[in-house]
Amino acid sequence: MILETLSWLCLVLGGLLGVIGGIGMHRFPDFYTRLHAIGITDTLCAALFLIGLAFQAGLTIASFKLFLIFAFIFFTSPTASHLLANAAMLGGLKPVLSDDDVANSEQLDKP
Amino acid sequence: MRTITAASLIFLFWFMLSGHTGALLIALGVLSTLLSVYLAKRMNIIDHEGYPFDLSVRLLRYFLYLGKEILISNVDVIKRILTLGPVDISPQVITLPAAKKTDLSQMIYANSITLTPGTVTLELSNDKIIVHALSKKGAADLQTGEMARAVPDNVELSS
Repeated sequence: MILETLSWLCLVLGGLLGVIGGIGMHRFPDFYTRLHAIGITDTLCAALFLIGLAFQAGLTIASFKLFLIFAFIFFTSPTASHLLANAAMLGGLKPVLSDDDVANSEQLDKP
Repeated sequence: MRTITAASLIFLFWFMLSGHTGALLIALGVLSTLLSVYLAKRMNIIDHEGYPFDLSVRLLRYFLYLGKEILISNVDVIKRILTLGPVDISPQVITLPAAKKTDLSQMIYANSITLTPGTVTLELSNDKIIVHALSKKGAADLQTGEMARAVPDNVELSS
């Protein structure tokens, strides 16, 4: 009963975070900042889903497989986001910088 | 030595995924393990980059630290998304000095920066890391170098 409650708590919270990530994607101004919003669904949202499912499965082979999925997401998703950001930068997309900080932050001077 | 470790890990992996205990299936598992190890040796990919066992304990402690950081920055970004009115962000691009000597530690550091929401590694080269940060606070947190110190160093590989 407690496990069931914990599991559903994790699943609902994970789903909520996915929605929040989507809202963030629409609210943020440019590609780079949207990447940050999507970072939520990459990390905490995915982790909560997998933990919730692991509570359903208990200590079985299934939860070991869920753990493996977690590990692979953990290692591959930053690589994928980095590649996206790197490609955008090399492609010459200038990030929107906040007005008060333009002096402090270095502009990207790629052609 | 590395070959034996790789073979036992591959077999353990096979066993955990299949869960079979019959004699025939175990034999088949051993066979496929041997085949994989043979192929890996032929391809010359059993080397120090497979899994850094010399880092294991420190890596475990680092993963706990990283989990905490991910949780904190997640909450921060969620707050910024859910504030009403104009979004409360101050995006900026900063350059960090490369804090790590070995490729592996450098990679762990750069990936950790990307993994925490609010900061993304734009470029990683030998002497610097270019980072896009969502807010002033996130950029300042990185510039204190706390995360750079937490990343375990891999001495075996220093070149």
